[in-house]
Amino acid sequence: MKAFRPLHGAVSLLIDQRTVFKIISLFACLLIVFIASAALGDIKFSPVVAFQTIFGFGDPFQHMVVYSFRMPRILVALFAGAALAMAGAILQGLVRNPLASPDLIGMTAGGSAAVTAFLAIFSDKSNALTVSIGWLPLAAFIGAAVTALLVYMLAWKNGLSPIRLILIGIGLTAAMKAVTTMMMIIGPIYQASKANMWMTGSVNGSSWSDVLMIAPWTIISLVAVMMAGRHLNMQQFGDELAIGAGARVERQRIFFLVLATALVGGAVAFAGGIGFVGLMAPHIARRLVGSHAGGLIPATALIGAILVMLADLAGRTLFLPLEVPAGVFTAAIGAPYFIYLLFRTKG
Amino acid sequence: MSAIIMDSVTLRYGKESIIEELDWTVPEGKITVLIGGNGCGKSTLFRSAARLLKPSSGHVLLDNILLEKMSTKEAARKMAILPQSPAAPEGLTVLQLVKQGRYPHQTWLKQWSEDDEQAVQKALRATSMLELSGHPVDELSGGQRQRAWIAMTLAQNTDILLLDEPTTYLDMTHQIEILDLLFELNEQEGRTIVMVLHDLNLACRYAHHIVAVKDKTVYAEGAPEHIVDADLVKHVFGLDCLIDRDPLYGTPLCIPFGKGRRAVTG
Repeated sequence: MKAFRPLHGAVSLLIDQRTVFKIISLFACLLIVFIASAALGDIKFSPVVAFQTIFGFGDPFQHMVVYSFRMPRILVALFAGAALAMAGAILQGLVRNPLASPDLIGMTAGGSAAVTAFLAIFSDKSNALTVSIGWLPLAAFIGAAVTALLVYMLAWKNGLSPIRLILIGIGLTAAMKAVTTMMMIIGPIYQASKANMWMTGSVNGSSWSDVLMIAPWTIISLVAVMMAGRHLNMQQFGDELAIGAGARVERQRIFFLVLATALVGGAVAFAGGIGFVGLMAPHIARRLVGSHAGGLIPATALIGAILVMLADLAGRTLFLPLEVPAGVFTAAIGAPYFIYLLFRTKG
Repeated sequence: MSAIIMDSVTLRYGKESIIEELDWTVPEGKITVLIGGNGCGKSTLFRSAARLLKPSSGHVLLDNILLEKMSTKEAARKMAILPQSPAAPEGLTVLQLVKQGRYPHQTWLKQWSEDDEQAVQKALRATSMLELSGHPVDELSGGQRQRAWIAMTLAQNTDILLLDEPTTYLDMTHQIEILDLLFELNEQEGRTIVMVLHDLNLACRYAHHIVAVKDKTVYAEGAPEHIVDADLVKHVFGLDCLIDRDPLYGTPLCIPFGKGRRAVTG
């Protein structure tokens, strides 16, 4: 623990060196996974070549493979993972339950419903889309945001009680799944596989324009969460203690819910419904650096990014020539992890 | 002088009124203990004093200022609250917990000023938690954990301290340890302490001022020596008892009648 007080104490902060060290280590892991992701695929490079290519010293072919094919999807995986993980950390803090996650609160399901509706509504008789597929992320975002808004409105009763939030979220998740199924049946068959792929969560086909949208969105949200970290800490103690310590609990809770919605909406829009990351990443991070937001938020973001990048890497290398969506792998690890958490949680 | 003043306060949960048009004051610099049977409204009264429950009519004044005219941060610099059995997030260390007490004194830029550091050190020392400051709160024993929570409220550095049943779930040794700590804080620093206690005998020993709550209002209040007698216990708790003098401290000692074994007569 070290006090940090530059400018004659106008700015002051308490820094835990061990946490800083752990976060730097996580960042190093992220870089290794990043380089491995750039190197591996149906065409393989050595890590050194991948490293050189990333910094612009590869031949034109290497440059094309890394920059045109791999980098966009790696970066989208990175930011979507970080965003979903942070949203999970925020929700778990607000609800004070380690089992809360964006999947559970209906946000992902809302995004899926919107995507299938979009594909069903904007297809003509020859099964071609009547509008640009470029609007799909917007539809997903709106779906996630509207569902979140509905959950908050229905859960509101003289303030937002975390338990009501979860219960209403579970209810709306079921309703959104029903909408999704109906749209898949109504819509053209060939779109169903596309919708299915999207719902599982995949960064296949990501482009640089996707990166340019999701990256600033996630980074700005990360900064906002970090800046509000001390309020998030207070939320974790529950209403009575937080009010006693002078926190404006309800106002801050709404702020954090909006932030979580923005994060999930962004991730769902560009990477689909990648599940369980928002559940696993904060939990692993808490084990590593504790519950204090100053360390928890960056660690969670890094772990989330690493998880989704690894899932995508596995998805496009393990079953060649078949490509498996990243969401399959996060779910394959995440579902047992969820059950393990259920067992471990007392009471 | 009064630390908290209630002016014809009515408290409700939904439609049911729990306290009706109560005028009540908390004396400054004293230990005030709320007593009463289960469901009598003492916790409701406590929550209202702690600004966790807004009165449906009437006013509450903190330090002679209307509570509704005060920001929650200002109020938190005057009064700290420890709710009943609070829970800490997983893996949070004692230092990180106690540090949260500084929340109303911090701003976005100043999150660990020298004042913050000194207040936290002082709170850890007062509660003998210095050696345990690096330990996760969820790994501490019941008594240690309660001391850590009290340290957090102390770090808030307020003149008034409100504690809801601070000795519940603690064994006898730790109950005395916690009450001694609060007694010293009152003696040495003149802090106003308001708490809810279930044990009438301990309440009589530690309180300067006892407030008995019954029938939606304050039934009786005053020094334990003056107000606690068999009649009061019968009315407030519905219990027959013998009130004797505590042989050690001279305060009222309540010995309840009951079965168990044959009474010694004569």
